[in-house]
Amino acid sequence: MALDTSSDAYVEFDRVQKSYDGEILVVKDLNLAMPKGEFLTMLGPSGSGKTTCLMMLAGFETATHGEIRLDGREINNIPPHKRGIGMVFQNYALFPHMTVNENLSFPLEVRGMGKDEREAKVARALDMVQMGEFGNRRPAQLSGGQQQRIALARALVFDPSLVLMDEPLGALDKQLREHMQYEIKHLHENLGITVVYVTHDQSEALTMSDRVAVFNDGRIQQLAPPDDLYERPDNSFVAQFIGENNKLTGTVKSKMGDAVQVELPGGATTEALAVNAGEVGSKTLISVRPERIEVATDGPNATDAQVKELIYLGDHIRCRLNVHGNDDFIVKVPNSAGHTHLKVGETTKVSWATEDARALDPL
Amino acid sequence: MADATMGSAPVSDAPERLTTVDGKPLKAALMAAEAKARRRAFFLVLPLLAFVLVTFVAPIGQMLHRSVHNPGFTEHTDLSDGTQTEIMVNLRAWFDANPPGTEPDEAAYAALTADFVVLRELRAQGAVGTRINYEAPGTRSLFTKTARRAERLEAPFKEAILDVDEDWADPKLWQVMRDASSAYTINFYLAAVDLEKNETGEIVSVNENRQVYVLLFQRTLILSLLITFLTFMLGFPIAHLLATLPLKYSNILMIFVLLPFWTSLLVRTTSWIVLLQSQGVVNDTLVASGLVADESRIQMIYNQTGTIVAMTHILLPFMVLPLYSVMRPINPSYVRAARSLGATSWTAFRRIYFPQTVPGIGAGALLVFILAVGYYITPALVGGSDGQLISNLIAFHMTRSLNWSLAAALAALLLFGVLILYWLYDRLVGIDNLKLG
Repeated sequence: MALDTSSDAYVEFDRVQKSYDGEILVVKDLNLAMPKGEFLTMLGPSGSGKTTCLMMLAGFETATHGEIRLDGREINNIPPHKRGIGMVFQNYALFPHMTVNENLSFPLEVRGMGKDEREAKVARALDMVQMGEFGNRRPAQLSGGQQQRIALARALVFDPSLVLMDEPLGALDKQLREHMQYEIKHLHENLGITVVYVTHDQSEALTMSDRVAVFNDGRIQQLAPPDDLYERPDNSFVAQFIGENNKLTGTVKSKMGDAVQVELPGGATTEALAVNAGEVGSKTLISVRPERIEVATDGPNATDAQVKELIYLGDHIRCRLNVHGNDDFIVKVPNSAGHTHLKVGETTKVSWATEDARALDPL
Repeated sequence: MADATMGSAPVSDAPERLTTVDGKPLKAALMAAEAKARRRAFFLVLPLLAFVLVTFVAPIGQMLHRSVHNPGFTEHTDLSDGTQTEIMVNLRAWFDANPPGTEPDEAAYAALTADFVVLRELRAQGAVGTRINYEAPGTRSLFTKTARRAERLEAPFKEAILDVDEDWADPKLWQVMRDASSAYTINFYLAAVDLEKNETGEIVSVNENRQVYVLLFQRTLILSLLITFLTFMLGFPIAHLLATLPLKYSNILMIFVLLPFWTSLLVRTTSWIVLLQSQGVVNDTLVASGLVADESRIQMIYNQTGTIVAMTHILLPFMVLPLYSVMRPINPSYVRAARSLGATSWTAFRRIYFPQTVPGIGAGALLVFILAVGYYITPALVGGSDGQLISNLIAFHMTRSLNWSLAAALAALLLFGVLILYWLYDRLVGIDNLKLG
C-alpha cells in the first residue's frame, strides 16, 4: 500500500525504515511527501528519529527499507555529493583552515565553476546574509551568529533547491535565535527553496514552518500546519509536546456525534470533542489549552476550582488550580482592565467550550 | 615584602596612575599580592630546573666546549694528583714568533727537543702524540720514539731529530702542531665534514679514501627522511582508523600501537634479527613456499634494509600518536559538509580532512625524524656496515678512538642540523601548531 505518489511531491519518504543494529528500529514506517517550496520542520524529542531521517535524505545514512525520492527520482543509492542538497549542520561545520570566501567557494570549485563566476556568487551569497565584509576572516574569528550566517550562505551558494538544516540555531542565545528564525524564514520565502528543518524547539517549529512533522518513537505522530498542531492535536503526545496543556483523565461514558461524555475520577462528567477517544468504557485523556479556559464564569463544562498558586507574569497571571482532582491545572488570566482577581485558597469556577476540550488517547 | 616592592615602584609623576584604596601603587600591590604564589610555583619547578641544568644543559655545554677546545698539546693533567702543567712551552713560543708556513729551523728543533725532555719527565708524550695523531694519522709513534731519546739528543737538534725519524721534516706535521698549540681550534669541525688544513693552512678536502663523515651525514639524513616517510605512510591509516573506530575497538587497537613501547628496545631489535636473518622466519617461509631458492636467500638484515625496517617499526608509535591526537577531535561533520557541498570522498579527504591533520603530521614527522637522526642501538645491531648512522660513528669516537673532541663536533653538527630543521618547521608550519597529544 504505497503512498500516493502525487506529481507535486518533491521530497518523498515511502515506507522508510532504519535500524542501526538490526534489533531496534530507529525509524518505523515513515511516509512523508512534501511539495516543492515547502518549509517542513521535523520536531521531536531527542532519539525520536528526526535527525536520522534528515541524514538519510542527505545521504549520510542508508535506509534499511523503503524508498526516498527527490523530484520523482529514487535517491537511495546516489552518493551525497551527487544529490545537490544544501545542508546546514548543528555545529556549522565551517572548514576551520579556510577563510569565509574559501568556504563559500568550495562547493562552486568542486563543481568546476570559473573564478569570476565563483567570486560573483560568493559575494552575492555573503550579501544575502549581510556578511559581505567578512569574506577574508576565518571561522574562528567570527561569533556564533556570524558563523551561523556563513553556514547558511554556504549551503545556499550553489543554488540547491532543497536545503536541510539540522538544529542550526541550537548553539545561539535566545535573542539571536529568534532573529535568525526570521532571517531563515525570509530567505526561504525570497529564494523559493524547499527546506527540511530539524529541531527539538517547538516555538522554533511553530514560527518558521509551513508544516510540522512531530516525531516520537520513530514515527510521525502528526503532520500538520502549526496552528492545527497547536489547536487540534491528534493525540496526547502532540498535545503534550506542543505548548502547554491541561489534561484530565477519565472514562468514555457515551458518544453523541462529535462529542463524548467523559466520567472523571471524582464522579463528575464533562463533555469533550471526540478526536481520538476509544469506545464507550475505554480510558481517555481530555486536553484543554490554558488560554481557552474562562475563570469565574458559568459556562458549559463549568466546574469548581480551588486556587493553589498565582504567578504574576506581566501580560497575564498564571494560575495553578485544582480541577477535578488534578492539582496541576493551569489557567492564564489576561491582565486586562477589570480582570478577575483571584486569591490563593479561594474556590472559583472554571469553564471551557466543548470543542476546546479534546478527548484523546490515554497516555 | 610589600614595602620592598613598593620602593622600586615608579615615582608618582603621572597623576592618573592607579592606586589601591589606601594609596599604594596598583602595580606594586599586585606584585606583592602575587609574590607568594609565584615563589611557591618556582619552588615546585625548582627540582626539575636543577635536574635539567645538571643533566642536560651542563653536559651539552661541556660537549659544545669540547668540540672546539682540546688542550692535549698545551696542557698536561697528572691523573694521580690532578696538577696541570703547561707543556710544549718552547715550541709554542717559536710558533708565536714565526708566521705560518715558516720552514722549521734549528731554533724550532731545539725548542722541540727541550719540550720533549719535559714530556719525558711528565710521561706525557703519549697523550701529546695522540692529540697530533687525530689530525696527522700515524704520528703517535713518532712522539713516543722521539721522547725516549730526547735526553740523549745533542745540537744540532734539527739533524739529531731527523736522525731519529725523518718524518719530522713533514710540513703537514708542523702545520698540525702549530694548530694544536692553541687549545681552541675549529679543526674538529673541519674533520667532521671531511676537511683539513694543508701545510700552508688552507682548508682543503681530506684524501678521498678518508672521507667518511659527509657520506655518513648524508646517509643519516636520507635514511631518516625515508624512515619518517615510511612511518607516515604506515601510521596515517592506522591513526585514522583509531580516530574513527568506536572507542571500545579503538582502545584495543591502541594497545597494539603502544605494545612496542612496553617491550624493551633490545628485544624488539633482536626479534627483527630473528625474523629477517638469512636463516630467519621470513626467509624460511619464502624458501618453504618456493618463492626463493634455498641458495639465494634474501639478505634483509645487517645492511640498510635491516636498519630501515627495524627503525620504521620502532618509531611508528611516535608518528601514530600525534596523528591520532589531531584526528580524534576532527568532527566527522566537516567531511559530511564537504560531501553535501558536492565533493567526492577523495576531494573531501584531500581538501578538508587532510589539511586539518597537518599539525599532527608535522609533529609526528619532526619527532620521528629527530629520533631517527640520533638513533644508535638499532643500526648498531642490525645495520651491518652500510646501515650505520652518524651516531654509531660518534659512539665509535667516544668509546674506541677516544677522540672526544671529534665526537663532540659530530654531535654538535647533528644538534645544529636538527635545530635548523626545527627553525624551518617553525617558519613553515608554526611551532604553535605542533600537537603532540
